[in-house]
Amino acid sequence: MPPVGDLWTLAPELWLAALGLILLGVDLLVGQGSKRAVGWVAVGGLLLALLPTGGLAASLQGGARRIFFDTYAVDGFAIFFKVLALLATALVILASTDYFRAAAQRPEDASRFEGEFYALLVFTSLGLVLMAASADLILLALSIELVSLTSYVLAGYLKGNPRSNEAGLKYFLFGAAASALMFYGFSILYGLTGTTSLYVIAQKVAQVPRPALMVSLALMLAGFGFKISMVPFHQWTPDVYEGAPTPVAAFLSVGSKAAGFAVLLRVVAVAIAPSGLDVVTLVAVLSAVSMFLGNLLALPQRNIKRMLAYSSISHAGFILIGVAAFGGPFGNSGLLVYLFTYMFFTLGAFFVAALIGARLGSDEIPDYAGLSQRGPGLAFLMALFMLSLTGIPPTAGFFAKFYIFAAAIERSPALLWLVAAGVINSVISLYYYVGVIRAMYLLPPADPTPIRGPSALRAALWITGAATLLLGLYPQPLIVFARTASLLLP
Amino acid sequence: MLSLMLFLPLAGGILLLFFRNPRAIRGIALGASLLSLYVAVVLLGRFNPRGGMQLVESATWIPSVGISYTVGLDGLSLPLVLLTQVLSAVSIVYSWRVELRLKEYMFLLLLLQTAMLGVFVALDFFLFYIFWEVTLVPMYFLIGIWGGPRKEYAAIKFFLFTLVGSLAMLVGILLLYFHAQPRTFHVLSLIQQQPLARDLRLATIAFWGFFLSFAIKVPMWPFHTWLPDAHVEAPTAGSVILAGILLKLGTYGFVRFSLPLFPQVFQQYAHLIAILALLGIIYGALVSMAQMDLKKLVAYSSVNHMGYVMLGVAAAAAAYGQPAKAAAATTALNGAVFEMVAHGVITGSLFMIVGVIYDYRAHTRGVNEFGGLGALLPVYTGITTIAMLASLGLPGLMGFVAEFLIFLGSFGVFPALAATGLVGIVITAAMFLWTIQRIFLGPPNPRWKGLLDLDTRELVALVPLVAAMVIFGLYPRPLLEIIDTAMAAVVAALR
Repeated sequence: MPPVGDLWTLAPELWLAALGLILLGVDLLVGQGSKRAVGWVAVGGLLLALLPTGGLAASLQGGARRIFFDTYAVDGFAIFFKVLALLATALVILASTDYFRAAAQRPEDASRFEGEFYALLVFTSLGLVLMAASADLILLALSIELVSLTSYVLAGYLKGNPRSNEAGLKYFLFGAAASALMFYGFSILYGLTGTTSLYVIAQKVAQVPRPALMVSLALMLAGFGFKISMVPFHQWTPDVYEGAPTPVAAFLSVGSKAAGFAVLLRVVAVAIAPSGLDVVTLVAVLSAVSMFLGNLLALPQRNIKRMLAYSSISHAGFILIGVAAFGGPFGNSGLLVYLFTYMFFTLGAFFVAALIGARLGSDEIPDYAGLSQRGPGLAFLMALFMLSLTGIPPTAGFFAKFYIFAAAIERSPALLWLVAAGVINSVISLYYYVGVIRAMYLLPPADPTPIRGPSALRAALWITGAATLLLGLYPQPLIVFARTASLLLP
Repeated sequence: MLSLMLFLPLAGGILLLFFRNPRAIRGIALGASLLSLYVAVVLLGRFNPRGGMQLVESATWIPSVGISYTVGLDGLSLPLVLLTQVLSAVSIVYSWRVELRLKEYMFLLLLLQTAMLGVFVALDFFLFYIFWEVTLVPMYFLIGIWGGPRKEYAAIKFFLFTLVGSLAMLVGILLLYFHAQPRTFHVLSLIQQQPLARDLRLATIAFWGFFLSFAIKVPMWPFHTWLPDAHVEAPTAGSVILAGILLKLGTYGFVRFSLPLFPQVFQQYAHLIAILALLGIIYGALVSMAQMDLKKLVAYSSVNHMGYVMLGVAAAAAAYGQPAKAAAATTALNGAVFEMVAHGVITGSLFMIVGVIYDYRAHTRGVNEFGGLGALLPVYTGITTIAMLASLGLPGLMGFVAEFLIFLGSFGVFPALAATGLVGIVITAAMFLWTIQRIFLGPPNPRWKGLLDLDTRELVALVPLVAAMVIFGLYPRPLLEIIDTAMAAVVAALR
């Protein structure tokens, strides 16, 4: 029986589980027309969960701990991802409340299950939190499955829309295959070391036979790569993003990706790296391939969600630079800084796409023509997000790229080629991101009626926009936060 | 004070977003620009020509990474700051009649002004890089929205080309940062430390990173292909700023960063870079001569003139480590910096001159379509002739002083290369004289009978620039004194 005191450190997780159940209860009580109330409760509850998380961070001064027989990590790294998952989920739910109202006007997109949607998102966010903190293969497998199962349902949420059904089914089939491979990798790793604890594996991994370890790593990478949409496990991304409800696509590209990276880093850097395998080169190659493939395939896209999907693949490549550069003051926190800033401008871009999609009923980039006159604020924010995705100062995206390039250069001059690949890819990506700006600002509008966003979605947009600009101009607090978080990663 | 000057235009730009009345928007734009110019003049009064870096303002910004907000002025940046201020104000005056999306237009011009000023005064590489990149965005929109028929192509080409260079420079900056002890982005402390002096392999990588960025901006042959497109398609004010100031960002970078930070590597490749500069000089002049479009003609003459600047910089680099050639190197650098200012003033006015005839009068830029304009538009002809003669380097005007100093200096370092460059001057002279002949002389073309001469607004924009060409052509000393202190310091550090 674990000590009761350990339960207190689980306060955020317990509260999230309770919140999900509360939402299901609230959903029973409110009428069909006012399901948004469930969303508001969810946002409030998620923000409330930041309190125990903050308390946990404050109580952590002494250093990292592991509870429940070494299966669950309580360290700055896990807390960082708790904050990230909570913020991302809250923003996505904030944006969803309006998305559903707008979608209800189109019969094929109407959903009778709005209340459950928010509960599912909260449960997914619980899964993300658990993923980032798992220090044991079994808990890892369970939390990944929790995230996957809820995500499959969310991707196929618009039952009347065939594309959404296609997205759900595709995501499920790919996901199930990736999970199966990953579990096989887990079992090999267990067979080699005789333990499921990542930290015990780290001590024993140097003595195990190399070929078997490599097979295990490759199989596990299939599972993690699926979650972070890394090449060659990326094929599902464009179809799922295109078909899924836009807020869900936003959530997958930020939440699942971040948690996937947390797991990847914990497994690769903690458990596998001591074996002496050349993990850095492997990750660097995967990073370069993801960047190039994602960017080159994004170039011809006309659908904004498909374009953002390929951009998400290329950003996975950029974040992998941070994994390759792990070690050293920049390298340890590079991934965290990138993921945190990436959350805001990616969510923002998806929110604009959601708003336009709901208003115009189209996700085609040419239909963004003249947006600067139809909705100046909206166009400005979208331009900001696009420049941030490219990495043009003074946006958060620039600082993230700057920081992650610095991490690679600091790590070793041998990674200069990877930085060069990143530079080339930034330039390639400019072309398709500016394509959106071009449509909004350079082309005349087909129909000059103004576009106004509903209030909750607008609030979510301005929050992400302000964060994009502020984190670009004054990233100091974020660096401090990320550095303390990475210091505690044992 | 310096920061006030720096952010005044941006503040004005944000303020005017809240207004609807076109008169108010124009007034705020011009007011903010002029106020910033006024502060610059006050700073000029406080500037000590014999001092080094001065009027420095510093604040902590992102201490965990060693980034600070530091700005300052010296003899290299001050003339370029003044040039920026004058050309920006003049561009706003010239753009008085713009009506299409006026608010965005003025906002972008003011944002651009702050960004350009920032590049010249920033003394922290992170800050410098932010301003450097921010210049791209407004220019992209200025070309893309208010440009000519092929505006979209020109705008994205400009953006892509310069971004390649910028990111290469970012890698160079990071290499410097990680080899400094303690790690810092502070420019002066990096110059003092010479962090890459011990590792020539990395220094070479970093040098070429910086080189790519600056060479694309200058633009040096063979990186110049974005320039004719961007210049021709940009609206007149955009061309003025592009040619007058943005090209100087590149040469400024060479003098401010490449020369003091990587002297050994720069010397190693100085002859190669001088040859590229010569190719730019001769190629620019020849291609310019072949142009039928007046705007393209002026654009290619920029490639030629920026070649002179690079020749002077390369001469200074080649003289590294040879105290005997220090005097020649200083002269060449003085000429190069003087040419930056001169080219800004001269080519800025030439683009406006083209705009005067194209935007509001003839709506054509074909050199051969005119003829005999001299009798019809006497004031316009006079101003154009002075500007073109200044551009071809006629003694008594600003261009001559610059080119004379450049060739004088580089002759002392590499005589053969310098002598080859003189060919360019001859071609440029022929080109401009032939242009004057085709447009203003000969029998009047009856098609242009109804054209009006310059109006007040155009005179307000053009006369100060032409006056500067004559004044600094006859009496360059005050300007040269400011430049010389800074350049002597650069060369002294190189010895």
